[in-house]
Amino acid sequence: MMSTGLNDNELISRVLSGDQQSYAGLVSRYQNYVFTIALRMVKNREDAEEVAQDAFIKAYRYLADFKGASKFSTWLYTIVNNTAISFLRKKKVEIHSLDNEKVFEVADSKDSGMGANLIEQKSKLSMVNDAIAMLNPDDAQIITLFYKAEQSLEETAQILGIEVNAAKVRLYRARTRLKEKMETYFAEEVKNLN
Amino acid sequence: MQTQQNIEERLWSFIDGTATAAEKTVIEKLIGSDAAWKMKYHELLEVNEMLRSSELDEPSLRFTKNVMEEIAKFHIAPAAKSYINKKIIWGIGFFFIAMLVGFLIYGFGQMVFEPSGQESEISKTVSKVDFSKFFNNTWVNGLMLVNVVLGLFLLDNYLSNKRKHYRKEA
Repeated sequence: MMSTGLNDNELISRVLSGDQQSYAGLVSRYQNYVFTIALRMVKNREDAEEVAQDAFIKAYRYLADFKGASKFSTWLYTIVNNTAISFLRKKKVEIHSLDNEKVFEVADSKDSGMGANLIEQKSKLSMVNDAIAMLNPDDAQIITLFYKAEQSLEETAQILGIEVNAAKVRLYRARTRLKEKMETYFAEEVKNLN
Repeated sequence: MQTQQNIEERLWSFIDGTATAAEKTVIEKLIGSDAAWKMKYHELLEVNEMLRSSELDEPSLRFTKNVMEEIAKFHIAPAAKSYINKKIIWGIGFFFIAMLVGFLIYGFGQMVFEPSGQESEISKTVSKVDFSKFFNNTWVNGLMLVNVVLGLFLLDNYLSNKRKHYRKEA
């Protein structure tokens, strides 16, 4: 994750003192994190890239407002989240959970598009990603933060603006629903992995 | 009898490392002695490992370059604290506190604490104060009205946030 030897606060100080190029260090360090969060919300790579880019631009413009009281990733999450919500509002895309019909459509398109043999070859990683993509945005977000962004439960709760116990409950429910999705739509792959 | 949900919840706490030391010992014993617990533990552990081994998605290779090209057109905005005058904020705060204290003194002054109906020294002193001198001004009345409207806005905001929170939790 580290692209330079400097930590986040050192890079931020440099950017604030006029060294714009140091911002590239922060971008390359957090691009996957920001892109994944955006992707969980907008469900489309092109849109996610646009949202991620906008989020980094906003973060740069308001960098002077980052107090350092929380982690840079926490502050960045708030920006990405707000940017994605604005983007979805503009596009008038339904941001709430996929209904069952849509979930079946997603699963069907995956099946018919790739064929049984190809599905069998699907890697463990892409299967997890596909299952996460089928979850509602709230569930996908907490799983992404806890597992992929490797935030602690306390940090995840802080990022989401909820109590630690509420985060624990939400994470438990999200994992249960993820497990259900994996068992329903990727039963074959799960069996092959065992 | 433990429900399936309860078992999973306790096992996830154990796997996440958020269970207490006492709870940890109990769960360890259950995993060792109970076949159902053992099976469920291995099942959840597998899901956990699968999730841990998954990686973040990657944007296009040009992503950093694109962002740097875009930010070259912008300047960093000054920090909000540099253009928000704290004296004004403090002034507004002081006004509201003064109003609240005034209302409280007036309210307590109107109360009769003596069961016999005799007025206390405080209420006698307060009753001597002519409040109409302070509250007959149009500006003060206007500001009080604004105060009430702002209070209602805050209450509405607080209640809608709570509603959203409960809806999300549900």
